[in-house]
This record gives sequence, C-alpha cells and structure tokens, in this order.
Amino acid sequence: MITLNSKIPGGPLEEKWTKYKKEAKLVNPANKKKLDIIVVGTGISGAPAASSLGELGYNVKVFCYQDTPRRAHSVAAQGGINAAKNYKNDGDSVYRLFYDVIKGGDFRAREANVYRIAEVSNQIIDHFTAIGVPFAREYGGTLTTRSFGGVQVSRTFYSSGQTGQQVLLGAYSSLNRQIKAGTVTMFPRREMLDLVVIDGKARGIIVRNLITGEIERHSAHAVVLATGGYGTIYYLSTLAVNSNASAAWKAYKRGAAFANPSFVQIHPSSVPQMNEFQSKLTLMSESLRNDGRVWVPKAKGDKRPANEIPEEERDYYLERRYPAFGNLVPRDVASRAAKERCDAGYGVGPTGLAVNLDFRDAIKKQGKKAIEEKYGNLFEMYRDITGIDSYEEPMRIYPAGHYTMGGLWVDYELMTTITGLFAIGEANFSDHGANRLGASSLMQGAGDGYFILPYTISNYLAPEIKVPRFKTDTPEFQEAEERAVERINRLLSIKGKQTATDFHKRLGKIMWDHCGMTRTEEGLTEALKLIRELREEFWKDLLVPGSADELNQELEKAGRVADFLELGELMVTDALNRRESCGAHFREESQTADHEALRNDDEFAYVAVWEYNNDQPPVLHREELKFEFVELKQRSYK
Amino acid sequence: MKLKLKIWKQKNAKSGGAFETYDLDGVAPEMSFVEMLALLNQTLAQQGREPVAFDHDCHEGICGSCGMYINGYPHGPVKGLTTCLLSMRHFKDGETIVIEPWRAKPFPVVKDLIVDRSALDKIQVAGGFISVTTGAAADANAVLVSKKKSDLAFDSAVCIGCGACVAACKNASAMLFVSAKISQYALLPQGRPEAKERVRAMIAEMDSQGFGSCSNTGACEAQCPKQIKLFNIARLNREYYKSY
Repeated sequence: MITLNSKIPGGPLEEKWTKYKKEAKLVNPANKKKLDIIVVGTGISGAPAASSLGELGYNVKVFCYQDTPRRAHSVAAQGGINAAKNYKNDGDSVYRLFYDVIKGGDFRAREANVYRIAEVSNQIIDHFTAIGVPFAREYGGTLTTRSFGGVQVSRTFYSSGQTGQQVLLGAYSSLNRQIKAGTVTMFPRREMLDLVVIDGKARGIIVRNLITGEIERHSAHAVVLATGGYGTIYYLSTLAVNSNASAAWKAYKRGAAFANPSFVQIHPSSVPQMNEFQSKLTLMSESLRNDGRVWVPKAKGDKRPANEIPEEERDYYLERRYPAFGNLVPRDVASRAAKERCDAGYGVGPTGLAVNLDFRDAIKKQGKKAIEEKYGNLFEMYRDITGIDSYEEPMRIYPAGHYTMGGLWVDYELMTTITGLFAIGEANFSDHGANRLGASSLMQGAGDGYFILPYTISNYLAPEIKVPRFKTDTPEFQEAEERAVERINRLLSIKGKQTATDFHKRLGKIMWDHCGMTRTEEGLTEALKLIRELREEFWKDLLVPGSADELNQELEKAGRVADFLELGELMVTDALNRRESCGAHFREESQTADHEALRNDDEFAYVAVWEYNNDQPPVLHREELKFEFVELKQRSYK
Repeated sequence: MKLKLKIWKQKNAKSGGAFETYDLDGVAPEMSFVEMLALLNQTLAQQGREPVAFDHDCHEGICGSCGMYINGYPHGPVKGLTTCLLSMRHFKDGETIVIEPWRAKPFPVVKDLIVDRSALDKIQVAGGFISVTTGAAADANAVLVSKKKSDLAFDSAVCIGCGACVAACKNASAMLFVSAKISQYALLPQGRPEAKERVRAMIAEMDSQGFGSCSNTGACEAQCPKQIKLFNIARLNREYYKSY
C-alpha cells in the first residue's frame, strides 16, 4: 500500500519554494556525470528537463516515439504562454497568476504547487527570449502580451498562433546544444513499454525500437516521465493522433498512483467532425472568441444557411446566459453550453453537432484587414479543412477532447509514488485542478522542466552518488522485458477481424458519450460495463497485420489502444466516485438551479489518488486539499 | 470517390522497392490526404494485406511528420499545405494518384513512404542554438528588438522541418532549411555573439551529410508548405561570407 506524503514545505505561501531550494541537497559537479537520468518525452517539459539536466552535468538519455524530438505535440499549442511579468502595468503579480489558476481550476489543485509555477513563470519568458524564441513585440522593441479567458489582465506571451511551435523549437535547440556537448544522448523512434523497478526504486525502462522492432533495456539512477496527456482516449481529439497514455499507464501498473483521471478539458472550439473516417479534430484557438460571437438559430432544426437567418432569429446563448463574460467564459462553461444547445436540437451544420462562431459584426466594426491580422492563419486553416471562407459565413465549431488535468500523482518534488520516478508537464496532475486556463500548459511544462525538476531531482540524487551505474542484465530487467515481449506476442497472436482503430473508435464513443462533457451515475455505470465488454472483445478479435521485428504501425496502435481500454475504466471509476461537479467534471446530479457546476467542498475537496491493485478494483487514497491562503468560492461568470 | 493509387512499397532501407497499385473506393471529398491513406490501410488490414507505412501525427500542418510526393509534388499540388491538410476535394473521381517517399540521398527510405530525416537534426546539433544556460538570462525586456526584425525572424522560424525543400530540389539541397534557422538567429541580437561559429558549423555539417549544392532554382520556396522565402538563402550566404 502506498502512503501519500505531498512534502509541502511549511511557512508562508510565498516562502515555500525559497525555503525548499535553500534546504535541498545538491550534487557536486564531479559527481553529476556519474549519475544517469532517463527522460521519456521531448515536449515542452521533457526537452527543457533534459537540456537543463544536461547543462548541470548529469548523463541524460532522452527517448521519444517521433523521428525527431522537435515533433512532440507541444508543437501544436497555439495561443500563448502565461507569465506574471506585469509588463502591461495592469495589476498583474505572482499572486494574481496563482489565484487565477487556483480559481480557474475550481479549487481542486494544491496551493503550494500553483504558487511555485506562478513564481517561476517570469524566468521562463526570460530564458526563451534569450535562446531566440521570437515572441511578438511592440514597436518599441519590448515584448507584448494578449488576454485569455478567465483572467482580467494581459499576461499571455505569444508568437502569432504558433507559440507552442516556437517555444518547443527553442527547447529543442537547447537540447541540441547538450547533444553536441555530449551530456544528452537522444533515442528517437523509441516507445516505452515498461518501467523497471529495483528494490522499490525506478531504475530503468524497456523500449521498443519502432524501426527495427528490437527491444532495448536502458538503466538510470532516476527516470523522468514527460509523456503528456491522454486526451486521445476519445479517439477524436485535438491531440496528435499518436499521442498516447502508455508510458504513464505502465508506470501506474508498476505502482505509481494516478490522480484525478476523470479531469479532462473539453475545448469548446474545434472544427466539428465531418465524416466517420476523420481521425482528428482541429483546434480553433480560444483567442477567436475575443471577436467571434457564438450563436445557434432560435428555432429548433432551422436548416437555413447561417447568413439567411435574420438577427432576431439568432440566439447568442453565451451572451444571453453569461452577460458578464459573454463569449469569453472559461472553456468548460463554453463547452457545456454548446452541448446543451445541440442536444436540445438547435445545433447547425449537416450533423446538427455544431454551433456558429460568427465574425460578421467584428468585420463590420473593425474591417476585414484587422481580423485578418489577428487570426489570418486560423481562418486559412479552417478554410483548408472545410472549404468554408469564414470572412463570408460563420465558422462552425464544436467541443473536442483536449487536455488532461489528471495524471500521475506527484509530490511537491514532482516525484510519483515510486521512488526515483518523476512526472512532469501534462503527464502529472499537479497544477490545473479540475480545469486548465488557456496558455497555462506551456507555462507549467516549461516551468517543471527548466526550473523545478533540476532542484528536486538533485535532492533525490544526492545520496545516490555512491550507487554505481546499473547493469541491464538483472532479473528485474529480464522480467520487464519478458512482460513486454509477451504482450506484443499476445497482440499479434489474436488474429481476429477488427483493427486497433476499430476498437479505438468504439472506446472513444463510449468515453465521449458517458465520460465527456457531462456525466451521470447511470451513464458512467453503463460505461464501465461497455468498456469491460469491449476490452474482452479486443483480446479475442483484434487484428494486427505484420510482425514484431519490423516497423509496424498497426502493432504500435494496438498496444496503445490496449492501455486506453484499461485507463478508460479508471477514468470512469474516478468520475463515478466524485459525486460533485467541479471545473470540467460535470455530474448532472450536482448542478445549481441555473445549470452551473455545483461543488461539494465538504466531501470532495481532495485529490482522488488511485493505486493499481492487480486484478482487483483500484484502491482510492485521498489527498485532502487544504486551502490556507485562499477562500473557497463558487465560480460565477454571469 | 473512387481512386487508383500507385504507391511506393519498400520493406526497409536495404531492400529495393517498387510501385504497387491499389483501387480505393469510398473516398469522401472532405477527407484529408492522410485520412484517405488511413482508409486504404484499414481496408488492406481487413483484407489481411500489409498496410502502407507513412508518417503523420498532428494533422494540423505544424509537427512536420508527414510528407510524400503526390503526383510528383512534395505535399501535393496545392501551394502552402502539408500532406495532412491537403483535402481530397482537390482530386477527381476516378483519378490515378502516384505517391512516393522523399527522394534524396541524405534521406534513406525506412519503409514505404517513411524516410530517415535525422540528417536535418544533425545540422541543428552542429550549431542551431544560442548558448545560454538555463537560469543565466536577463529580464526578457533587457534587450530591445525591433518589431520588424522580430517578425522577420519569426517568419523564418516557422519552418516545420518536414524536408519538402530537400525533396523539391533537383540537387537535394538543404539550403532553405538551414537558411531559415540561420536567418532566425542572425536577425535577433541574441543570436549575434556566436553567428560566425554557427553558420560555419551548420554549413559544414550540411555538406558532410551529403546534401547537394544550391543553384538558386527556387523549387524549395515553391514547395515549402510554410512558404519560407528564398531570401533566407541570400542571408545565409551573406552570413557565411561575413564569417571569414
């Protein structure tokens, strides 16, 4: 049985991190090169972690499934990255950023962690600028910012609608510098298949070389998972199609507890599904809601083209329901409102599962050119995908699975419940509570990697300097490799009739229908049954062509879907357990009279931490959330 | 839509390859090119045949994973699009489409339509960075950068590293790719201190990886899905001369 110790330092909020750093143990420079660290994943937390640990002198081995680290899915983040610089003189501060994130997360995150990420946010901007990230600038040469949902200041630094690409390529360049220096070794096209635990400590991983099919063993003094989220469990999501949960899931099965797995952000504005072959939903940035007005026809089933529906027959439902925030309500609220209208029969487009995002009034007021300058690349992308010119008629948008606030449970040091196994970025659960604010994911990923993990991992590694490098011929490595090979063989030997994609689509639909934007006791109970049945069918009727000793993309997919079929059950179990609504987790049984999320702080002000228990149901542990510095309030955007 | 697909099949880097022809029915015009290929693979798998291996990931034109010649054009016949954003609307019912992997000596075929583009990483490792250690940076506004230069640097920095420029070039030159990175850093004051070392190191590595010379034909610019401009190459040349 695990015991949870969040290791939050005592003292005032603003002194906790300083106090921690003052007391943390250090590793002498000469000893660092004797210590090996494995980093899995090269996104906006993995690449920063690997490069900064390399700079410190550790011997770092980095793994990613892509052909190059530069393609990690952080590359697709659009809107920006938050920091408390207060360059706009608009009253921003570390405290205000902290408070916005805590409130935005509907009071389900740890105060100390959130304060720390706000504290390091400014250094992230300084560092990225110094390594050549071209953030948008004012004419005077200083950096500029823009606003995002759920906040009252302008603190989001950006590079057009491609901020993720620019900061990721910045992090990739630092990684390259360390590869050249010889402190970092890069292993692309490797998929982690298992974690190796020796005497209770994470000491290595088993990976599959995706080109040759070879199984490799890699050892280290510590292992860092920076493997991102699990939004692709819905099959259709805004994520890259190969994003997956397998590394985190393997860690869970080796003893790393999973926290709040049901906390998934459904982004309100993506291009709606157009056909059954679609494999991906494309995000349309939240920033569009600055100028776009969201509406549906007032009449049910009105199939007229949008431009033919007169003003008085349009229902601007966000402006109607939320006069104070209007079209800029937070993501969870906007998503649920769209679903509500579509479910009631007011949706637009061929499927009825879409709402209009209309720029007519903004174009009339500001001119087409102004709108083009702000959103040109997004309008272009929308046209490429749909063939529709949004300068002339509204975009059609619908919510899509996007970001997972849940993830591996970590303590203040970002260590999981397995000693020596760290989880950073989206892979952990730590900072966003039950709903993430826009432009906070790049901040958290980069903050974890550059400015937090290097301190906390040294505190762990200091006593490890006497531990010699690990050989990979130990029984633990042998056993883990056998387990991985056995599973690959099992997947290949079923020789059924349905492909991994067939199963993934069906699982996605179950998750979307019952564990998506809104959840009910009945639906979740049904989902549990359906997932178990589907899993059983999977292991009887899966079809994987080809063999294990070659590049086999169907085999890769099959392994990932097999893990999703298990993770889905945990997500549903968690959603069933949390009989309250908070942030993105909306239990229909728990809502206010006007259909807003109703929290139950007396019973559920805790992090739900699930421990794997072999074939038995997972064991729930509770990490009580103590709010010493902020007051719990019901969120209101009316 | 019904299509005839002639696709390059190759087991691995060592084996030879050949075109194979597939008939595919049920293609919808709103599918993307990679979704069309996914439909083909789904059909092949169900028939017990081997699917076509190809790289794709973000489906938003930003990760740079996808890339193949489509009827002779890198990323297909429509300007400014990656393969994943190329819609099947641009093709006709009954059309024959020829699909091949990038053809360039430094990009050996890994399998079918997948090539090894690690040569591009090696060029970046040689010098595509600014040597600032984490924690050493001054306040981000300590160095002012004109908006014009910063915007130009961004225009170069949008390169997705897909390799279409190399594939488009009759010499398999990587000059557009390298010049985009060199330009980004050359334009920013942060990149100036090691500008000389950077340009020499990256060019030396580019040459040692076996990329061809640039003869200013401009096919790279025409085919670049991110529309990186040829003047980056002029800037690269200037930076290179200045470095001696």
